Amino acid sequence: MLSVVVYPLHLAVNAPAAYVRTARERMTDEAQLRAANAALGRENLLLKARLQQFESLEAENMRLRDLLGSSFSVGERVLIAEILSVDLTPSRQQVMVNKGTSSGVFVGQPVLDANAVMGQVIRTNPFSSVVLLITDADHALPVEVNRNGVRSIAAGTGLGQGLELLFIPKNADIREGDLLVTSGMGERFPPGYPVARVTTVRQDPDNPFMTVVAEPNARLDRSREVLLVWTLNPQMQQQALTGGGTARGALP
Amino acid sequence: MSDARARGGWLIPCSLLLAMLLMILPMPAGADALRPQWVALMTLYWCLTVPERYGVFSAFAAGLALDVISGSLFGQHALGLSVIAYAAVELHQRVRIFPLWQQALFAVMLLLVERLINLWVLGATGQPMPSLVYWAPTCLSLLLWPWLSVIMNDIGRRVGLI
Repeated sequence: MLSVVVYPLHLAVNAPAAYVRTARERMTDEAQLRAANAALGRENLLLKARLQQFESLEAENMRLRDLLGSSFSVGERVLIAEILSVDLTPSRQQVMVNKGTSSGVFVGQPVLDANAVMGQVIRTNPFSSVVLLITDADHALPVEVNRNGVRSIAAGTGLGQGLELLFIPKNADIREGDLLVTSGMGERFPPGYPVARVTTVRQDPDNPFMTVVAEPNARLDRSREVLLVWTLNPQMQQQALTGGGTARGALP
Repeated sequence: MSDARARGGWLIPCSLLLAMLLMILPMPAGADALRPQWVALMTLYWCLTVPERYGVFSAFAAGLALDVISGSLFGQHALGLSVIAYAAVELHQRVRIFPLWQQALFAVMLLLVERLINLWVLGATGQPMPSLVYWAPTCLSLLLWPWLSVIMNDIGRRVGLI
């Protein structure tokens, strides 16, 4: 595979940026580190408190789904990867991350950042992979409106930071500010992750459908670390929870 | 001739490698749209200077390498680069005796052709049309060409390639 051959080039280009980053990290003084540590501790406390609630809600949700008789798999394993400081072609919206098939990354794997869905893996090498962002013109993902479950497809526009919802009938209940989450219909992205927020809802006379534009929640141009997600079926989830001591880490 | 052929040949792949690194080097936001077409510039330079050593096929190979590195459609740059390499090799005897500024104009013409072919590929594969700033790097190359030409001439003479 040719892209394996050029991997050293990508590394070489990434190296100066990485050195600058390490140097900057080394030069932070103690007060800054203390402040950062305190802030992280507070954030961790808040998130843990929210997680307690989340766990009980999840259990309740599972009970209700059992009552309905529908099966529903929860639980994902994640791997943190870093975006390489490499500028790929400006005509495509894609980034390169520093984990590849040697870490178990596969083509089609969903990629998230701290806030929302970022994209999916389109090419893997042993030590790196290329992620197509959701704003690329060739990318589309099935979403639903969090408020009422209206389903649609969010296609990237390729220019700037926009998603367009396709084939929304004129009478659909979509408003500005609605949160779009993955619906899980394409069986590629796990359901329930936030994707974007609707910014414009417009009726164009020449368009038989409503024009809906949404802005991604993920910080596509600013994130440095991304999460690669493995969706697990229930029995694998047990393994992931018990074997949680591995480097990859296991999150329920 | 055969002695000169053996010397300094490494300069061509090295310069192309450097050009490719410059193509994917992260640039500050806003400036990345103005990134010069380094590989195309270097290809033109070698085609005009040593057409017997660097021609259409080398340009094609360089284009494929650039496609792999920058993640564009496989063959997109290869097409554009081999077309301009062909034109440059055909016309190199005429262009070589031009004054520097006229050479620069010639180079910019061919760089525009390369951009146009790229644009055509983008359009044919359904990518959105880039804005007008897409043409800016080519205009910047008008300023870049004399420098590139003078510096590469100097290095080429030192290693005995030219």
